[in-house]
Amino acid sequence: MVQALGHVTIGVVRDLGRAGWFLLYSCYMIVRRPGSLVHVLKQLRFIGTKSLFVIVLTAGFTGMVLGLQGYYTLAKFGSEGMLGTAVALSLIRELGPVLAALMVTGRAGSAITAEIGIMRITEQIDALETMALDPFKYLVTPKFIAAMISLPLLCAIFDVIGIYGGWLVGVKLLGVNPGAYFYEMEKSVVWRDVYSGFVKSFSFGVIIAWIGCYKGYYAGHGAEGVAKATTESVVLTSVIILVWDYFLTSVLL
Amino acid sequence: MITLRNVHKSFGAQKVLDGLDLDIPAGQITAIIGPSGEGKSVLLKHLIGLLQPDSGTVEVDGESIVDLRRSELNRIREKFGMLFQNVALFDSMTVFENVAFPLQEKTSLSKEEIRSRVVSALEDVGLKNIDDKFPDELSGGMKKRVGLARAVVLNPKIILFDEPTTGLDPIIKRAIHELIKDTHAKFGFTAVIVTHEIPDIFDVAQNIAMLFRGKILQHGTPDDIKNSSDPAIRQFISGSLDGPIRMA
Repeated sequence: MVQALGHVTIGVVRDLGRAGWFLLYSCYMIVRRPGSLVHVLKQLRFIGTKSLFVIVLTAGFTGMVLGLQGYYTLAKFGSEGMLGTAVALSLIRELGPVLAALMVTGRAGSAITAEIGIMRITEQIDALETMALDPFKYLVTPKFIAAMISLPLLCAIFDVIGIYGGWLVGVKLLGVNPGAYFYEMEKSVVWRDVYSGFVKSFSFGVIIAWIGCYKGYYAGHGAEGVAKATTESVVLTSVIILVWDYFLTSVLL
Repeated sequence: MITLRNVHKSFGAQKVLDGLDLDIPAGQITAIIGPSGEGKSVLLKHLIGLLQPDSGTVEVDGESIVDLRRSELNRIREKFGMLFQNVALFDSMTVFENVAFPLQEKTSLSKEEIRSRVVSALEDVGLKNIDDKFPDELSGGMKKRVGLARAVVLNPKIILFDEPTTGLDPIIKRAIHELIKDTHAKFGFTAVIVTHEIPDIFDVAQNIAMLFRGKILQHGTPDDIKNSSDPAIRQFISGSLDGPIRMA
């Protein structure tokens, strides 16, 4: 019993250490040898551009439901005019960064783990090593850089589309004054709100690349190992994003 | 010259290498034979630092490669080329890109020079007009040959072959053995071949080492091995079911 507990604890501590080292070494490599521009552009296209559709879609509906719920709540106090503020603040401060990150995790984080995991089990990573090439330079750093650039941009797009989703429902469907919707928003959203959203989405980008690459790099054996790594990667990334979001919010508030 | 002294390696409770000693002479073809699952690939991965021994030393040209910093290890790895058991071609790259990759990353050759080096490396292994194919569109024998071209394209001093002919038809097997002999005669590299090809390997290798129960049972010329009196070696060469080697 005690032995089993110790065994598990040692395993967890070792994993944490390995993951921490992985992140530090990735950061070091980003500074030292960021990899070729072609690799980074390829990853930008994959993580950023190809996530656009799903981001626009979810942002639109998130904004619309915020418009509905916000109107329902605000109407109780007779302050429907504040709808623009409510929608914009919830999106920019919280929902934009978090939902965009969760969508990218599902779409790109899983693919990152699967790709690197398959390269691990088919010895392609070993092949790079035998050529005296650092696998991080080809597989890891381009993904980090691409995620750190893509996430804030995707988050900005999410915010804009979401605000217009709320406008569509609030103004066009429920008859909120269009002037009030944007005027109140302009008055109450400050730079600090936007800034905190960007800090969040940037750090979520790091988390997605970190866990995605780490889980793939240390994938177990065979197809099952890659499948397990991919599942763990998506679950762990999502959990870390939500936990980190809480701490970051309490610091940035 | 690669020297292994008293190398131990275990995976969990399973002891794979148990105080192994081996000298691999420079400029010659050395074959490592032995029953399946005895750790021949594990031994090969120790030579290039993909696996580190639990204890013991591995030296390449007099330099230890155990517990080196990555940059130091990479400097030594520049001497090596390796053909993996399942070839390990980069599956998102075409055949041409696979062979060109080490040249692009490790040399400052121009595009035209790289192209001509790749084309001649592929012709050396008897492959033409498959530049734009992806690895999963190739047969097993073609993949092995592309892997061979990728391993030799930088003219390394030492080349490691992990079962270069397993799963191939007898003609392609013969062709690959001839290819290894010819390129060896041409470039004079040190070759280490992990293989099961008895008796073909007797015509290819100048040295043969038999790995059994974590140690080198005997190391000598093909004739030494053929005329060995060791019961395990006799059993392995004759492919008999009776003897000290038991199927796991």
